[in-house]
Amino acid sequence: MPAKAGDRHRQGQSGPSGGKAVPPRPPKAVSRKRDEDVSMEAGDGVDEWAAAKTLVKPPDQLELTEAELKEEITRILTANNPHAPQNIVRYSFKKRAYKPINYVDQMAVHFSLNGNMIPKDSDEGRRQSIRLSTAAEKAPVETSAVTSEEAEIKDEASTGNTQAAGEEEAGGSGTAETTERAEAEEPPPSGVKEQKLANQFNFTERASRTLNNPMQERACQTEPTPYKNFSATANQWEIYDAYVEELQKMERSKEKEKSKAQVPKREEEKKKGRRLTSLESQSDDITKISKAAKIMERMVNQNTFDDIAQDFKYFEDASDEYRDQEGTLLPLWKFQYDKTKRLAVTAISWNPKYKDLFAVGYGSYDFLKQGQGMLLLYTLKNPSFPEYVFSSESGIMCLDFNNDHPYLVAVGFYDGNVAIYNLKKATSQPSYKSSANSGKHTEPVWQVKWQKDDMDNNLNFFSVSSDGRIVSWTLVKNELVHTDVIKLSGEGTTMQGPEGLQLQMLGSGTSFDFHKKIDNLFLVGTEEGKIYKCSKCYSSQFLDVFEAHHMAVDSVSWNPYHLKVFISCSSDWTVKIWDHTIKTPMFVYDLNSAVGDVVWSPYSSTVFAAVTTDGKAHVFDLSINKYEALCTQLVVAKKKNKITHIQFNPVYPVIIVGDERGHVTSLKLSPNLRRMPKEKKGQEVKKGPEVEIAKLDKLLNLVRDPETKAGK
Amino acid sequence: MCICKLAHLDQKSSTGEKQAEVEETLKRIQAHKGVIGTVVINAEGIPIRTTLDNSTSVQYAGLLHQLTMKARSIVRDIDPQNDLTFLRIRSKKHEIMVAPDKDYLLIVIQNPCE
Repeated sequence: MPAKAGDRHRQGQSGPSGGKAVPPRPPKAVSRKRDEDVSMEAGDGVDEWAAAKTLVKPPDQLELTEAELKEEITRILTANNPHAPQNIVRYSFKKRAYKPINYVDQMAVHFSLNGNMIPKDSDEGRRQSIRLSTAAEKAPVETSAVTSEEAEIKDEASTGNTQAAGEEEAGGSGTAETTERAEAEEPPPSGVKEQKLANQFNFTERASRTLNNPMQERACQTEPTPYKNFSATANQWEIYDAYVEELQKMERSKEKEKSKAQVPKREEEKKKGRRLTSLESQSDDITKISKAAKIMERMVNQNTFDDIAQDFKYFEDASDEYRDQEGTLLPLWKFQYDKTKRLAVTAISWNPKYKDLFAVGYGSYDFLKQGQGMLLLYTLKNPSFPEYVFSSESGIMCLDFNNDHPYLVAVGFYDGNVAIYNLKKATSQPSYKSSANSGKHTEPVWQVKWQKDDMDNNLNFFSVSSDGRIVSWTLVKNELVHTDVIKLSGEGTTMQGPEGLQLQMLGSGTSFDFHKKIDNLFLVGTEEGKIYKCSKCYSSQFLDVFEAHHMAVDSVSWNPYHLKVFISCSSDWTVKIWDHTIKTPMFVYDLNSAVGDVVWSPYSSTVFAAVTTDGKAHVFDLSINKYEALCTQLVVAKKKNKITHIQFNPVYPVIIVGDERGHVTSLKLSPNLRRMPKEKKGQEVKKGPEVEIAKLDKLLNLVRDPETKAGK
Repeated sequence: MCICKLAHLDQKSSTGEKQAEVEETLKRIQAHKGVIGTVVINAEGIPIRTTLDNSTSVQYAGLLHQLTMKARSIVRDIDPQNDLTFLRIRSKKHEIMVAPDKDYLLIVIQNPCE
């Protein structure tokens, strides 16, 4: 309750803590009953009449000492509502905290009454005024003095009117009713004025008011609901992922239904699964980064060797146009590895599936210096480190990739063993290896070649060795089983040994090659310089013998396109091209140095390359120049190093050359070396093996005819 | 096509061996010509292995993580069956290469010799 006066001093006792200030009552009030406030300061020394009175103390008044009574207490009158709360706190969801509300409503309503006045111009107002006018017409207009009876009659009429009106307006609003009543009353009062008796002397308007209980507002707030922030994006791919996951779940549940009989297996799997997850969750496993690390290494390498990579992809030597028919070899990457520095490259081969992956076998050609061997697989994408590393006790002499299973590599060793390495497996040891028991060769294995799977779908490959045997190895139930295919016994090689025994001297095979189309036909080159044409069906006899070279035949190779032509090279400095139906070679090339390896190119039937021990690589194209190499280039340092092997990449115009120091150099063929037959104007360029065969045939015919004539 | 080959490696039997191999690869990358630093970041964006100082690593981690997420989102939005394999940012001074791998991130900063 608001205080009623300004600053006040109070003497004497303090009132109850409610702080109700009561003004000193006027003398008149004394006569009234003091029923409002309990605390009465009887100690007001101002009023003399009050002093005469006895001190009336209410029974529950505070007992205070004199000093305390004389204490002056300041009361300040403010406009604050004492009932209003002082510190309201509300929970703000925005700030997620309770915050105090600064402004508390100090208004206290003591009395409220809804008014019943309506504007004249409003709908309701107009309606009522119309009614009024009609009612006024109904009620007789009387200007006579107000008589109670008449008033009563009028009142009754008016009440009757109101009742009727009330009935008319069923459920009319309170204001309407009151206005009706007022309206109804108006016409009679207009006729019979009932005047209020107002006495000038002792008329007092008296009003009373009910006690207004102080209003107190009580508010209660529940605990704010616990909430959590969640945000997500819904992209195309998130939706896709969700669907894929759903699909996988469905598939898994289907599998589970199917394999319900295999409960123990599943339990095992579950156990394994649990073990795996526990491992993974242990630490930030660096193994998870393995794939990324691999890619990164390649990218780093690409950056470092950026110019080489650009050359490899895009560089075409423009000067070839001016060089007439000569071509060049552009050196690209050089592959080397620490541990193979002392070993020589003994074999290289491209992977049939991944065109940038190649395998390199390391060993030693020196009879006296035999050490361990290595098998490395490099990719063109990472020239600084090999992808796979395998080591072996004996030097590797040859290797071959399986065409159907490009992760299997067959390898022949210096000690006569053969082995199969499985690239999918982690170990650096071969998956299968022959041994002395299982019929290994007694001399170094010079060449291995995979064959088609036999009738039982077992893998098998052939190997040729200096001990004169050509052996077929079959992988049966995880073991290598050998079968002697043929023994290289030549004519006139039987000897009279001691005690009258006849000893067969076997030729030493140094290389062989199988025909591309005719499965059974293959060629074997020997240390004596002979080339035998053999068949898998005949194990005791050769189909034919070619007196090819004066020294060991290092390599024989069928032409990839022409069915009859093969090439051979030897340490007697020559490379010879043959037609297997004719005993004498078609073409002979003298390269001034022992030829280590010769290989046909995969894109043309007339192009081949040879490497010599003086470090040079020679590339020939018979369709352009029949007698000379198109390119003779020094690839490695002449005196210290010899080139041992060469291979063409099946897809890219790149050759790789291995040398005795364990390095592998890659070179790009210039355009002149890759020339396709020029098409005549207006004609379509025919591509394909038929063209190649025809090309070579044409050449051969030129060479052949005079020879056959001469032969005849 | 060579990504299939990498899958072969993942089938190694012991994690110890695998770990040693990855460690070696990282060492080789770091020792490579022109490489300034390498940072490996885990799924939470915390560098677990780095050759740079801590503040730089954390900076790279935070920034590149966001960029990689955005880049991956772009690639996958266009074709949900596609995924980001590599991210290269070439600047005047050097090249930042990011290889994402499921949750992890491998960052290499190289100065390509030009």
